[in-house]
Amino acid sequence: MESKGKVFRYGDNVDTDVIIPARYLNTSVHSELAKHCMEDIDSNFADNVKDGDIIVGDKNFGCGSSREHAPIAIKASGVSCVIAKSFARIFYRNSLNIGLPILECEEACNNIEAGDEVEVNFDTGLIKNITKNKEFQAEPFPPFMQELIKAGGLAAYIKNREENK
Amino acid sequence: MKMTMSQKLLAKKAGLKSVRAGQLIMADLDLVLGNDITAPVAINEFDKFGKKDVFDKDKIALVPDHFAPNKDIKAAEQCSCMRNFAKKNEITNYFEVGQMGVEHALLPEQGLVTAGDLVIGADSHTCTYGALGAFSTGVGSTDMACGMATGQAWFKVPSAIKFNLTGKFNKNVGGKDLILHIIGMIGVDGALYQSMEFAGEGVKNLTIDDRFTVANMAIEAGGKNGIFPVDEIALKYLIDHGAKVPTIFEADSDAEYEEVYDIDLSTIKSTVSFPHLPENAKTFDEFDDNIKIDQVVIGSCTNGRLSDLQKAAKILKGHKINDNVRCIVLPATQQIWKDAMHEGLFDIFIDSGCAVSTPTCGPCLGGHMGILSEGERAVSTTNRNFVGRMGHVKSEVYLAGPEVAAASAITGFITDPNTIEEK
Repeated sequence: MESKGKVFRYGDNVDTDVIIPARYLNTSVHSELAKHCMEDIDSNFADNVKDGDIIVGDKNFGCGSSREHAPIAIKASGVSCVIAKSFARIFYRNSLNIGLPILECEEACNNIEAGDEVEVNFDTGLIKNITKNKEFQAEPFPPFMQELIKAGGLAAYIKNREENK
Repeated sequence: MKMTMSQKLLAKKAGLKSVRAGQLIMADLDLVLGNDITAPVAINEFDKFGKKDVFDKDKIALVPDHFAPNKDIKAAEQCSCMRNFAKKNEITNYFEVGQMGVEHALLPEQGLVTAGDLVIGADSHTCTYGALGAFSTGVGSTDMACGMATGQAWFKVPSAIKFNLTGKFNKNVGGKDLILHIIGMIGVDGALYQSMEFAGEGVKNLTIDDRFTVANMAIEAGGKNGIFPVDEIALKYLIDHGAKVPTIFEADSDAEYEEVYDIDLSTIKSTVSFPHLPENAKTFDEFDDNIKIDQVVIGSCTNGRLSDLQKAAKILKGHKINDNVRCIVLPATQQIWKDAMHEGLFDIFIDSGCAVSTPTCGPCLGGHMGILSEGERAVSTTNRNFVGRMGHVKSEVYLAGPEVAAASAITGFITDPNTIEEK
């Protein structure tokens, strides 16, 4: 599995309140959430993001509330991957559970700027900054997690597994 | 065996003799929690698992507390979704408006959590129950759905940071000041993926409400859980609230910790966390007394318990809320509401000019019941001060304990409670 897109670059401690403000949590319709994704730190995000684009943060990405609406909003925006130096633990779990690939790679984050074209291979963990012609190695997902992401999340993965027993 | 308190509890729930940090385990759950924001997403996922029934209708708690009483039509639909699921599955612990309270104050009060329990909740402040010696942690809606379907969840066994407490708090200082001090010291990711284990002879000087407040904000340091040893104070609380028979776990004497911090409670001062991160903790000798405010919120899963209201009332008694301030008090549960009413606290609040609300998370997450406009500032006893947390993206939240909040409501500026004349 691979993804390729333009980078939206943010800093440390991007919290789930700015990823999807609570005032929009009176719905769980994915497309509605996507309309307001990142609104409070980047009001142009929803208008500019295209399918396949990549979000890059620094430390503790996704801290704060346990709202699964945060990775859902990011995924429903068309974002194919989030790369950060580290992730808050609930966000990390939620992202994988809904099938949003996220990778920890400090070196990549130090060498990626807003607007760079980046390609990620989830099978190998290889991150390529095409604009800067640099490569970085993140820890690849183990096979079960690759399957889970391909299935689109934990629920679909478990259902597939039960059916194939 | 070298296990921490959290590790011993997790080992038991996974049916293992021992576990080590980093190990992946599948463990049995004692309680699965959701609210009106997170449960609808979980209910949608639950259907995808292809399971007809929940694992145990007595071990699921559903609480409409965030946007309830329903703030708008969409919120009403989310509450209906959860209500219908609760009815269909005969969920024992569904709390309708009228019985409901802020979930992390309500569940312990109802005796639904005991020492030694393993609890997951689709709400990040589920870590609150560590005050009672439970391992409890926040998860997302998919994990909640999986928990409701199977009664199990997978965990990566955490390493731990130990906080060795000694001494006693000074006047007008409490659990909130302690946890803001700790987050200021270690940062908002200082305990990322780790347990925060509290120990030492100072624990006995923390009331159970102080411990709820401290454990509640473990997540604000990135922690997986916060946990206290089970002593007589915790046992008395469990008995008084009709909780199940407790199981007491203690850390091994040779347990390994990533870090150990010694904290003398008598050195903790009134603390305020400045926008826009809980780690921006300052004491009154570190900032000027000219920060003008527009709103004060006293309540939430962090500080909406009876003792918090008592502390606020003690400061407010005989004083008036400043003309430029709205002060909103939200007792966290119906029982706390009744107790506060009978103690005469509402007379103090209303005579001073506070609004008293029915229990709800409302303003804490910028939902309803006290939203800030552009440029407004609030002092709040809640737990997060992120950008836009309580309303407009250009509003500001300063986190503090109930004493600082009450003192600030009187003067209209962020104020040290020790400067307010006691009446």
